[in-house]
Amino acid sequence: MMLEVDGVGFGYPSHPVLEEVSFSVRPAEFIAVLGPNGVGKTTLLRCLNALLRPGVGSVLLEDRDVLAMSRPEIAREMAYVSQRTQPMRMTVFDSVLLGRRPHMGFDVTSRDLAITEAILQRLDLAELALRYVDEMSGGEVQKVAIARALVQEPRILLLDEPTSSLDLKNQLEILGLVRDVVREHGVAALMTMHDLNLALRFADRFILMKGGAIHAAGGREVVTAETIGCVYDVQVTVEQCCGFPVVVPCV
Amino acid sequence: MHIDLQAGPVAPRYAAYLRGKRLFLAGCLVVLLALACVSISVGSVTIPVREVVATLVAGRPGDASTIIWNIRLPRVLAACVAGAGLAVAGGVMQSVLRNPLSSPYTLGISHAAGFGAAVAITLLGAGTVSAHIADSVVVRNPYLVTICAFVAAMVATGALLAISRIRSSQPEVMVLVGVALAALFTAGTTFLQYFSSADQVAAIVFWTFGDVGRASWPDVALLTAVVLPCTAWFQLNRWNYNALDAGDDTARSLGVHAERVRVTGMLLSSLITAVVVSFLGIIGFIGLLGPHMVRRLIGDDQRFLLPGSFLVGAIILLVSDTLARIVLAPIVLPVGILTAFFGAPLFLYLIVRGYRR
Repeated sequence: MMLEVDGVGFGYPSHPVLEEVSFSVRPAEFIAVLGPNGVGKTTLLRCLNALLRPGVGSVLLEDRDVLAMSRPEIAREMAYVSQRTQPMRMTVFDSVLLGRRPHMGFDVTSRDLAITEAILQRLDLAELALRYVDEMSGGEVQKVAIARALVQEPRILLLDEPTSSLDLKNQLEILGLVRDVVREHGVAALMTMHDLNLALRFADRFILMKGGAIHAAGGREVVTAETIGCVYDVQVTVEQCCGFPVVVPCV
Repeated sequence: MHIDLQAGPVAPRYAAYLRGKRLFLAGCLVVLLALACVSISVGSVTIPVREVVATLVAGRPGDASTIIWNIRLPRVLAACVAGAGLAVAGGVMQSVLRNPLSSPYTLGISHAAGFGAAVAITLLGAGTVSAHIADSVVVRNPYLVTICAFVAAMVATGALLAISRIRSSQPEVMVLVGVALAALFTAGTTFLQYFSSADQVAAIVFWTFGDVGRASWPDVALLTAVVLPCTAWFQLNRWNYNALDAGDDTARSLGVHAERVRVTGMLLSSLITAVVVSFLGIIGFIGLLGPHMVRRLIGDDQRFLLPGSFLVGAIILLVSDTLARIVLAPIVLPVGILTAFFGAPLFLYLIVRGYRR
């Protein structure tokens, strides 16, 4: 196992958010974390790379306690893309190059520059390399954030609703890209999502959360009308379309 | 994750882009040196620029040499170092608080340092207040003044950091906190004035207007000894500031100890402010004007923004001081008045424009 999450719990003084969350992640796995708003999906992701420190439980990265690792050490293993990306008055190239921070000494090396260029090419951002990020569209800014995460050369990608503000074309492009990175480089990806159909189309495994705990976890077989009805409190049917399951609300 | 490296078309374009930024910095340095020579040459006695250069480079003796080495050069260097220090401090504050309206002046840190310095001078006997306008305050113990200014600046900084933590450093909140702190410390300074004689009040008020003309060689040395190492530290942290610009979560997930970088950045910026204020009085808006001019020209990348702010801040204060000496000659205006004339409209412009950095 690459990542072992065991009994993780987190809460604020006024209310608990996560309770006894346990699961494991293998290399080259694309996991979709699903559930209604406020269920603790983002909190879970932030606990995995110690942006938040869980009150109980442990997160082990190949038997190393993540909570005992330094910030640069964690950053060399895990990359995180937050829900909202701050558009900066920096060029795309510099903004992506920033992802090399955990590997940098005093200054950037030719290797840092070469990796940045390779990722820009891979994400079709090379043409925009010298454009300022704050002059770009939401989809392009999100791609820059993902490119920055990829130049970290992580083994685990944590993506917090990276497609929530994007149109369908950009959603498909970014999810396809994450799936390709997972397959080509053996990186594990955990992505919180709201669109069940896109999750079913791209992810390998699913974690459905309810009330701060895992309600169901597994392959496509766990994403049934019953589980969705229970987790989201919405009546749905799951049908087959183009070889993929499609969730249709009964309203 | 392994990435196949390949030479592509972006590298040469990026190298050319970086050359442009380095050229900008080199241009600023040339302008600064030229302006320094002009600034040394103008005054009640005009010394030709050629003679200034000859005196500085070849050490030519004479009356001009005495004026240059004893009066003009310390003044010009004080303007350069103080302007550079205030602008860099402003740039760092804007980055670590992620707030484009931050600067030593707008956040009330300059006023706090001014209050600390006034306490040291009037109550702790670190200086003498006299009615003679040209020499209104004589600082006898610069270390005590600096320490008091620094402690007061730290109190203001601590309050700012605590509030920025509670209210997520929203620009409106931070500026209002700055207004409150400035009012509080100005009230403290006024309180000291209330118990002073009329002459002393005049002297303290005169001292509060920033003026680089009062700097002596030891003052310039101490200013430089603080500003240069702090700037070097900021430059070492340039990638950390870039990461903070992308947001705290992004910075931390890039391996940056966000809180540590924020606190050290604020401490060192406040130290620069405290030292400048304790020697030269309150000089407003350089910390806002310098970084924002550079941002408009070469963007937010701290690798270039910090040295750019350093040079442009020096240029702004040097130009302001030179103008202050010649606009109403033979009267020499305190430079703080002129920087406020330049800075206040920019501040309003930033507010109207909606804080975009």
